[in-house]
Amino acid sequence: MTGAVIVYGRSSDHSAKSAVDFTTSVGSLDLIAPILTASGCAASGRELDNYFDITAIGGVVTKSIMLAPRSGRATPRMAETPSGMLNSIGLQGPGVESFIENDLAWLQQRGVKTIVSIAGGSAEEFGKVAAKLRVAGGFDAIEVNISCPNVEDRGQVFACRADTAAQIVQVVRRNSDNRIPIFAKLSPDVTDIVEIASSVAQAGATGVSVINTLLGMVIDTNSMRPALAGVTGGLSGPAIRPVAVRCIWQIRNALPDLPIIGMGGVRTGHDALEMVLAGANAVSVGTTIFNDPSAPMRIQDELEHELRSRGFTKFSQAVSYAHREVDRTLQIDTPTDAADHTDEVWDFISE
Amino acid sequence: MAPMNSGALQVNGEVLDVQRTGKYFVMSVTAPGIVERTQPGQFVTVGMGGEASSLILRRAFAIQRVHSRGMYGGTLEFVVSPVGKGTEWLTKLRRHDPLNLVGPLGKPFTLPTKAVSCVLVGGGYGSAPLIMLAESLRDRGCRVDTIIGASTEMKLYGELELKRVSTSLTLTTEDGTAGIQGRTTDALVTILESAQVDVVYACGPMPMLASVAEESTARKVFSQCSVEESMACGIGVCMTCVLPIVGEDGVTRMLRSCVEGPIFRGDRVRWSDIGTIPDGTLGKEVSQP
Repeated sequence: MTGAVIVYGRSSDHSAKSAVDFTTSVGSLDLIAPILTASGCAASGRELDNYFDITAIGGVVTKSIMLAPRSGRATPRMAETPSGMLNSIGLQGPGVESFIENDLAWLQQRGVKTIVSIAGGSAEEFGKVAAKLRVAGGFDAIEVNISCPNVEDRGQVFACRADTAAQIVQVVRRNSDNRIPIFAKLSPDVTDIVEIASSVAQAGATGVSVINTLLGMVIDTNSMRPALAGVTGGLSGPAIRPVAVRCIWQIRNALPDLPIIGMGGVRTGHDALEMVLAGANAVSVGTTIFNDPSAPMRIQDELEHELRSRGFTKFSQAVSYAHREVDRTLQIDTPTDAADHTDEVWDFISE
Repeated sequence: MAPMNSGALQVNGEVLDVQRTGKYFVMSVTAPGIVERTQPGQFVTVGMGGEASSLILRRAFAIQRVHSRGMYGGTLEFVVSPVGKGTEWLTKLRRHDPLNLVGPLGKPFTLPTKAVSCVLVGGGYGSAPLIMLAESLRDRGCRVDTIIGASTEMKLYGELELKRVSTSLTLTTEDGTAGIQGRTTDALVTILESAQVDVVYACGPMPMLASVAEESTARKVFSQCSVEESMACGIGVCMTCVLPIVGEDGVTRMLRSCVEGPIFRGDRVRWSDIGTIPDGTLGKEVSQP
């Protein structure tokens, strides 16, 4: 965080080989580990449980659920792009009641930390979905997908304006249990993402999920028509990672205490570390799951290695570390070799 | 509530052989664990371009055949048509190159419990998974009449293998360079009109599958079609490979071809509506904003 002071101390009770304390808190959401699945890339976790122990990662963010069953858009829904992909699914889903009965029941029985992503075409729909979830219970947090078209405003997405974004968060907050943390998922397709983050925080969001996809388009040069049936689609994958890092950085810089879940093109533990250093308190893995179904677990293991090799003993020490003031007298800014730092502990005191 | 695709594995395999045949390449790869679980009609997905690749989506291939024994342990074969960057990269791999595989994926062909009469229809390299299917059907004592076709001879696939495992084999090409000039469905109609057929199995381009399903259903013959839809994940999480399928309750749903398929009953697929959300589909919005 800005203005952080580094205290360089010594400790005798750990070595370079000891495990990193991976617990993290994103506001009032406590996680055993910092890696989550990103909404829309893991369904409700069941399919992935086949490839790794889904309870061993921080948690599952489910695919955005709406009030009623929804068919989604026509195909083609997907196009591959350099280091990324474009999708236009149209929020296909079974509706919140079926979701509660099947998906949520499975997640609860499996003991998965669950963040339910919700979507709606109007403030009213968001409120109704949240209210149904409150009655059902059995989940740990809500992520509000405000990147859906507002049917009452010519299909403009809620996330693109501070007032509409805040309005949705307010409605969800009002219809949710007070103890349930709420994260607003922000779109990078805005002029000033800090303004949106501030307004959703004021409206009652516990924190923000940063970033959703960027709007993109591909034209098929064989048919000489748009490649997607929905014409435009959301760009995701490693191609967008620098945009995500920039957004996280800007929000962290302006709002030092706002909990942030970072996401956007994370493919390795190294990529996840970059987001953490920029200010993310947890990191979601999305499109990379399509490439590697065991990616969340792999990335979590890699992140632990990345942290340890830089001398961190706790995940929380690395959060926002890139924002620290450069201390020229101590020359401890780049601990690259863990062996040199076996007796050192890093403490950060935020001013 | 069993997990989807339970039994599928992600393994690091190795290329054993790449054989060119006509316009296609047959890849033989080690896939320990996947091989033992594979049933006819299932597929594998393959990671493209190595670790630093900018191609982030896996490619899906129908499994042609598996060998569970031999000096390499489990090996499997699939056929590649080099049409883009990913598939071209794949066909340039050599013996001992590593390959990341996920499988076996999808629902297999439903096999008859009795020794019935079957017709197999393959278009282009869609005939590849019919090899393993024909072997299973013959093991059950079924009659297997196979038809394979393509636009031209160079695009026919599997003639020798299928001749060995089929009761009869018919070839068709649209340009007449091999076999009967015409389409596979013309040959299918001839068989359906002249003999008792209990079930038709098909794999190939969507228009061919639509015709196979239509001709079979019109004669009250059960058909099983292996569809080809572009997929991002292959494991049921991305929702890109959906098709309009009519359920037993008469309701149309957009189902994922990777986990609810790729084998669908021909009479359940709304072939002419593929690429749309047909009216009456569950969850279709009545008015678009």
